[in-house]
Order: sequence, then C-alpha cells, then structure tokens
Amino acid sequence: MKTIGYIIQKEFRQIFRNKGMLPIIFILPILQLVILSNAATYEVKNIKFAYIDNDHSSYSRELIEKFNASTYFSVLTDFSSEAKASSAMLKGEVDVLLVIPPYFERDLQKEKYTDLGVTINAIDGAAAGVENVYVNQIVQSFNKKLKVELLQPEDALITPVNITSIPSFWYNETLNYKTFMVPGILVLLVTMITLFLSGMNIVREKEIGTLEQINVTPIKKSQFIIGKLFPFWVIGMGLLSIGLLIAKLIFDVPMLGSLGLMYLYTSIYILVILGIGLFISNFTDTQQQAMFIAWFFVVIFILMSGLFTPIESMPGWAQIITEFNPIKYFVEVMRMVMLKGSSFQDILPQFLKTLLYALIMNGLAVWSYKKTN
Amino acid sequence: MSITLQHISKSYKKVEALKDISFEVKENELFGLIGPDGAGKTTLFRILTTLLFADEGTANVAGFDVVKDYKAIRQNVGYMPGKFSLYQDLTVEENLKFFATIFGTTIDENYELIKDIYVQIEPFKNRRAGKLSGGMKQKLALSCALIHKPKVLFLDEPTTGVDPVSRKEFWEMLKRLQQKGITILVSTPYMDEAALCDRIALIQDGKILKIDTPEAIVKHYPKTIYNIGANNMYQLILSLNAYEHSYSVYPFGEFVHYTDQRTNFELNDLKKYLEAENLTGVSIQSTKPTIEDTFMELAK
Repeated sequence: MKTIGYIIQKEFRQIFRNKGMLPIIFILPILQLVILSNAATYEVKNIKFAYIDNDHSSYSRELIEKFNASTYFSVLTDFSSEAKASSAMLKGEVDVLLVIPPYFERDLQKEKYTDLGVTINAIDGAAAGVENVYVNQIVQSFNKKLKVELLQPEDALITPVNITSIPSFWYNETLNYKTFMVPGILVLLVTMITLFLSGMNIVREKEIGTLEQINVTPIKKSQFIIGKLFPFWVIGMGLLSIGLLIAKLIFDVPMLGSLGLMYLYTSIYILVILGIGLFISNFTDTQQQAMFIAWFFVVIFILMSGLFTPIESMPGWAQIITEFNPIKYFVEVMRMVMLKGSSFQDILPQFLKTLLYALIMNGLAVWSYKKTN
Repeated sequence: MSITLQHISKSYKKVEALKDISFEVKENELFGLIGPDGAGKTTLFRILTTLLFADEGTANVAGFDVVKDYKAIRQNVGYMPGKFSLYQDLTVEENLKFFATIFGTTIDENYELIKDIYVQIEPFKNRRAGKLSGGMKQKLALSCALIHKPKVLFLDEPTTGVDPVSRKEFWEMLKRLQQKGITILVSTPYMDEAALCDRIALIQDGKILKIDTPEAIVKHYPKTIYNIGANNMYQLILSLNAYEHSYSVYPFGEFVHYTDQRTNFELNDLKKYLEAENLTGVSIQSTKPTIEDTFMELAK
C-alpha cells in the first residue's frame, strides 16, 4: 500500500512538473468544449439565396419578401438569366436558387395552379435536405395566405379539411443543438485526454529506460500498474467535473438526472479507457507509436459513437461494430441522464456492458504487461 | 559462488548474442566483463538480472536460479543499466526515495552503505536529476542501485561517457563497496579499467575468449611486443603492414605496437627497413603487453 501511495505521489509530481503537459490537460479541454459546442452545429443558417423573377408581379415580390424575412436565408441579388445564376452556383456563391416563372400571378389567379423552380446545391446532402424543407415551409405559408385571398365564397364548401400537425419536442423542447452536443463533447474530452495520457505514460518509462530499472525491483505488477494509472483516473474525473461545470455555467444545459449516477458511470468508463491505454503501451516502444495507435482508435470510436451521426442510420454491420465502442455507451448514458433524467435502472444495460468491457480490457492489459521478456 | 552461469545461450531471431557461456564469480569478487560494443555484455546482464530469459543453460545469482527464484533475485541484486535511467524530472532526493520505497526500505536504513557516494551529491539533493553532470548522474544511479543493500551489484558499462577523473573516482568507490562484502560484476569496453578488477572475462561475439586475473591474462601473451615510433605515424603503419615478417600492427597512443613472425627477430633489420621507407625519427623498444594487446591477439 505504501509503495502504491508513493508511486501515485511520484506520478502526480511528474505531471505537475511537466510544463508542456499541464495546459494540455486542463486548458485545451475547456477551450475545446467551448469552441466545439458552439461550432459543431446541425443548424443550417445563412443560406445564400438567389432568385430569378420572370414575372415581376406583386405576388412574386411578396414571395421573395417572405424569403427575405426568414432568418435562415440571406438573400442575394436577383439574376437576369438562368445561365448567370448557374455559373454563380458553380462558383459556390449561391446555395439555393428560386425561379419564378412568367405569368406567375396570372396563372395563380386564373388556373389556381403554377410551378416554381428550386435548385439546391447538394454537395452537402444533409444541408440540402434541410434547405429544401425551409423553402417548402415558406412556399407553403405563402400558399395558405393565397388560398384565403383567392378562394371564392362558393368554393369554401368544397375546401378539404386541413390537417395540421403540431410536434412537441421532448427532452429538448427548443431543439437547441447545444443541449445535444455538450454532453457528447464532454464525453469526447474525458476519453481523449485520459486515453492519450495513460497510453503514453508507461511507454515514456520504456523510452527513457526507467522501466528496465523498475523491472529489476521486487515491485509487483499490480502495484506498479495501479500506481501508474490511478492519477489518470483522478484526472479523468476532474475533467468530467470541469466539463459539467462549464456545461451548466456557460451553456446552461439542463441536468435532470442525478450527478452521482454520472460520476458512478464515468468512474467505471475511465477504467475501460485506462485499460485500452495500458494495452496500447504494452505493445509499443515509443510515445510516437502509442500516440498514433491511440489516435486511430479514438477517430473510429468518435465517428461511430453516435455523437455526430445517429447510429440508427448506419448500415447493419456498422451498428454491430458500434456495440464494441465504449464511447457510444458513454454518449448514450450522458445524454440519457442529463437530458432525460434517466435512473440507474434505465442505464443498467450500458452500465453492465461498460463494466464487462472494463474487466476484459484491464485483464488483457495486465496479462500482456510483462516485467520479463 | 555468487554468480554461476552454465552453458548460457541466447539468440535474437537470427543473431546469436551469447554462445554457450559458462563462468563463475566468487563471493565478494570484483569481476570484469571486457569486450567491445556488441559483444553480448548487456544481454548477459539482462539474463542475470531476470529481465531476459536465456534460450539454453542455467544461471544462479546469490544462490537463486534466475528463472525459478526471480523474485528473490530482484530483492538481492542491484542493477545499473548502461543508459542513465532515473527520472530526470525528479530531484536527486526524490529519485533515491522512490527506489528505497519500491524496495520496501528507507534511505535512513541503509544510509551507511551509500554514505561515501551520496555525500558527494547531497549538496544538490534538490536539483532535478536531468540537470546533473555526467559524473554526478553516475553517482546517483549507483546510490539508487545500492539503496536496498544488495548482495550482488551489476554495473553495465558504468563509465561509458564519463570523464577520466570521474572514472577513476568511480573505480575507487567500487573498491570500497567490495570491501563492504558486495560481489560486483562490471562490464566495460575500456581495457585500462580491466586491470582494476580481481578477475576478468574477455568476451567477443557472444563467446568468452579467456577468463583469468589481469596479470595472468597478460602473461599469456605469446610474443614480444615492440613500441615503434616515427615522425610520420600514418606512413609508419602502412610500412609496417607491408613488411614481409610483420605479425600484428596496432596503433597505441603515440606508438605502434608491433610483433614479428620470426623468433630470431633482429631490431636493426626492421630499423633499416623503415629508414629505407623514408621514415625519420624511428625508435624501437620492447615493451610489456597490455590487456588490450592480449585482447587483440585473442580476437584475431
């Protein structure tokens, strides 16, 4: 016990003496959380909108006025011809192009029917989809207003009943993407920092040769490993606390669930990450190698965690792979507990899987750590 | 016997690092392992300190088998690797305390043993180990290797990269440790240090060439060695190598160590030959062979 205590003490001393490491551990994560949470947004805003008005009627101007009024579109000038408009889109100056046909107003009044041409730059498919919805919404509301104006009293009898759906968004009523992103990015931070630090730590002893010196001492494998990894467990928990504080103070993310539950789950989760870190460092000889391997896993884990893209829309085989992704469980648990106020019963499946993962990873890591070769 | 090796062999993939090594080190002996880089010295150390398994053969250290009783060996030996391997970002005192703690002891308990060495670096005990000079690093490493009062001390090239004064001091410290009853196995590529050991083993390409006291090893040298000097050293070596009766030619400081093939060697013959080769200031004297000469002869 005394030995473990001293190793932990030594480890902390080294961490705090490392002038390059301290900002990496404490400042960068905070910056990351603040910047990423504000920048990584699904909202499509400031859409570059252009139009060709071939009608120049009061209706066509009214429609364009509606786009102008929308906060999502920033209306550029109109183009005189389609050729000019498409070359502008080719240059990337325009995202959405609306073409109002000639006789737009006349057709509407006489035929009660007309077409609008909408061209959307769909290089980013997801954004194009969202833009399409916005355009439709505006056109629809324009439509409704027209109906009232154009319909004759005698037509009222044959007007079909309108079905309006009013969605209510649970757990994130205002569809605030920050509420959704902050818990996820917090997960990312805790994972990245603890994995990199623990992965590089034992390799570092290998690199500077101290591991050889330690291996000839009677110290037990378990004492050494616990002594080495415990400080990073503490740092991981510390990061979680800092992150939660920022989430509350800066982003005002709702925290419905119990803090204790979040800490309980995280304490197990960090064990998984430390196990992976130790495992990596057992099979590498330099910090550089360890760093590359850790990066490789982190990138896959993050992209397949459901943090940025929903797991439900991944192909079947990818969904199976995500079962082995610890970050996925952490993201789920954090979102569940923070936003839905889930109880221990609710997160039990994730909790058990993570616990099993921790046992397996650490078992493998301890088994593969050898004092002799 | 403090250290016993029997038929130890070790290969790294296709490279044979040690080939059938057997020797013994007596209790309280200062035993030197002398050989060039790549001779297999470090591999041998790593096997004896339980860091590496031998492919074949058995070895005992302080009465314990290196494979079965590795735990007992780790309690009883001190190892100082060739590369400085202490924590550069910890202070002198913290390093020493760290190693004392993981050996389950304290600095006070065995202070007597390291006192001679530690007092020299104690004024800098709050300095980071990375900021120490080469000689002081060596002293700290030795202190750390001794803090648990080992019975056997392994020193892998402890003086490589250390200045001549510190080297001399270091060997004096080893002598004093020997008097305190510690068996010491030390490796070095420096032949002049070999003379300071009780017995030495000359090792090359994973094989032991000879084991004996330094004096006896020198006596084995079969030929008479001549110190030859001239004003143009380079030309001298070329000429000697071209000489039809030459047996060996090695530069040695400001002279060339030369041996002849013939038993009825005449100094004047050689002198005439060298002068005919346009060399000036030629001097030839017979000299005593050194361990280096013996090594070169054995390694031939």
